[in-house]
Amino acid sequence: MKRDPVYGIMAEFDSATALVEAARRTHQAGYNKIDAYSPFPIEGLAEEIGFHRDEVPLVVLIGGIVGGLTGYLMQYWMSAVDYPLNIGGKPYHSWPAFIVITFEMTILFAGISAVFGMLALNGLPMPYHPVFNVPRFSSASKDRFFLIVFSSDPKYDPAGTRGFLQDLKPRSISEVPS
Amino acid sequence: MDEPYKATVDTQAPVMEPGYTFGTVTEKISAIVLTRPASNGWFVGFGIAFLLTMMMLYAIGYLFLKGVGIWGVTIPIGWGFAIVNFVWWIGIGHAGTLISAILLLLRQSWRNSINRFAEAMTLFAVACAGIFPGIHVGRPWLAYWLFPYPSTMGVWPQFRSPLMWDVFAVSTYATISALFWFIGLIPDMATLRDRATHPVARIVYGMLSLGWRGSARHWHRYETAYLLLAGLATPLVLSVHTVVSFDFAVGIVPGWHTTIFPPYFVAGAIYSGFAMVLMLAIPIRKIYNLEDFITELHLQNAAKVMLATGLIVAYGYGIEAFMGWYSGDRYDAFTIWNRLHGPYAVPYWSLLICNIFIPQLLWIKKMRTSPVALFFLSGVILVGMWLERFIIVVVSLHRDFLTSSWGMYYPTRWDWMTYIGTIGMFLAAMFLFLRLLPAISIFEMRTLLPEAEVKE
Repeated sequence: MKRDPVYGIMAEFDSATALVEAARRTHQAGYNKIDAYSPFPIEGLAEEIGFHRDEVPLVVLIGGIVGGLTGYLMQYWMSAVDYPLNIGGKPYHSWPAFIVITFEMTILFAGISAVFGMLALNGLPMPYHPVFNVPRFSSASKDRFFLIVFSSDPKYDPAGTRGFLQDLKPRSISEVPS
Repeated sequence: MDEPYKATVDTQAPVMEPGYTFGTVTEKISAIVLTRPASNGWFVGFGIAFLLTMMMLYAIGYLFLKGVGIWGVTIPIGWGFAIVNFVWWIGIGHAGTLISAILLLLRQSWRNSINRFAEAMTLFAVACAGIFPGIHVGRPWLAYWLFPYPSTMGVWPQFRSPLMWDVFAVSTYATISALFWFIGLIPDMATLRDRATHPVARIVYGMLSLGWRGSARHWHRYETAYLLLAGLATPLVLSVHTVVSFDFAVGIVPGWHTTIFPPYFVAGAIYSGFAMVLMLAIPIRKIYNLEDFITELHLQNAAKVMLATGLIVAYGYGIEAFMGWYSGDRYDAFTIWNRLHGPYAVPYWSLLICNIFIPQLLWIKKMRTSPVALFFLSGVILVGMWLERFIIVVVSLHRDFLTSSWGMYYPTRWDWMTYIGTIGMFLAAMFLFLRLLPAISIFEMRTLLPEAEVKE
């Protein structure tokens, strides 16, 4: 597949308010393949660029269920099936004693799923990304806010999109090479 | 947005001094790591801590050579310093998780400037704690038998034992604390990557940042994961010291066999943990000029948490004494008498003075707002909490049901070297952390600024 030499057009803003406003107008103008970058989480910004499905909770739920089952069944199988051991006359399947480790394993698996699930859904680690080619983008981790329209967007056209972003009164506009 | 400046409503001290911007917050915190040269004081402090770590390794090396006979443990006191120190260190770690997880769920925005190093404190404290059970098992090269793994012997661990529960609780706690700390660091690693000028620093922080670029989609999933992790860490941290207390409470030894232990252990853990947080925060904010971020409000709030948990601990001591009388059990009653008048009466009375009487000074506002007073008071509480674990472990064991099996416990120099050595290891790790990673969460501090608010 031939890659577009341009990855997208990026506009830089001064404040969180300006970025949210710009993201809303861009999305309303019919651009779907856009993204916004900020130095801290901004509530509602993801929704403005059309992101509505956050699968992290589902991943964590599955992780927790798997962890709990693993913890309980492991203890049951080891204590009552594979090597039954009589401890003070207690039943082999002494479920109350298994609760603590079941709980700990639930937390362990759910926590690991939360971290690695979040990273996987975000496509991280990804040391290289085209947006890093824009020199000004290094401020995205400090005090600047960026909006990008990807060249893969059906509505994208080099001059028109640049003109549209210019109307949003950004601080600067850069073309992102891919 | 976590309502910025909300915490200023009912106190005079702000959660952060005014006048900062995204840029200046970023510069101020990242400069400690990136541009500020290491001072002579840092080298001296790190050097001492490093030497103490070496002393610990020497003591442990000699232990591996000779066996646990070099320690003061004998029958009937089979659990000496190793278990005392294990419980003490694990307890200290709890404040870090309380600050980072529970206060996040309670929307206490003042946590944002202290959660990072409190979490680091948790990790290092758990690392110190983890040493002790490992070297205490007698044959430390077989310590991995604690874990259920398919062995040629065909047997499995005994899951009905609280000691086994403890293995799972502590290892889960260490893992989740490390993950929580690491994901909190990712966006700040990106900031350091973009600010660093040294090529090696750029590469190292770049790798650690995992290519974080601050995309809105990423932030959304990130915040969800962070919140869920906080929700998971909250019951976890309460369970860890509960399970540690089961190690004692499930046994039948008088002084251990009591139902007050779980809540009283958890409260004691938070009590000592906040004392350690203050002992670290007070010098750090002074030396690195972070008084604008770690304000009087933080010190006061930590002092209030200590006062509250200290009262819960005092209630625990009261109930222990009450049950000694009310149970009508002569062994329980003797345990209390023995604490007050027996051969270990001096540590017990010192414990009451350190943990109950002196901390009542925190009712005085002047004490809560004086960093120097709080620093020394925290030291007193840490000593008191260490004595508490000494009383629980040693004094309960040394005189149980039969007078013929009574004995005394005297720690040896190897016990002391190992214990003091872990303090050195903890401090050495803290010294390195301060120079290599941002000690305050930069991105969470940005969210506290008024300009972070989105105006419609």
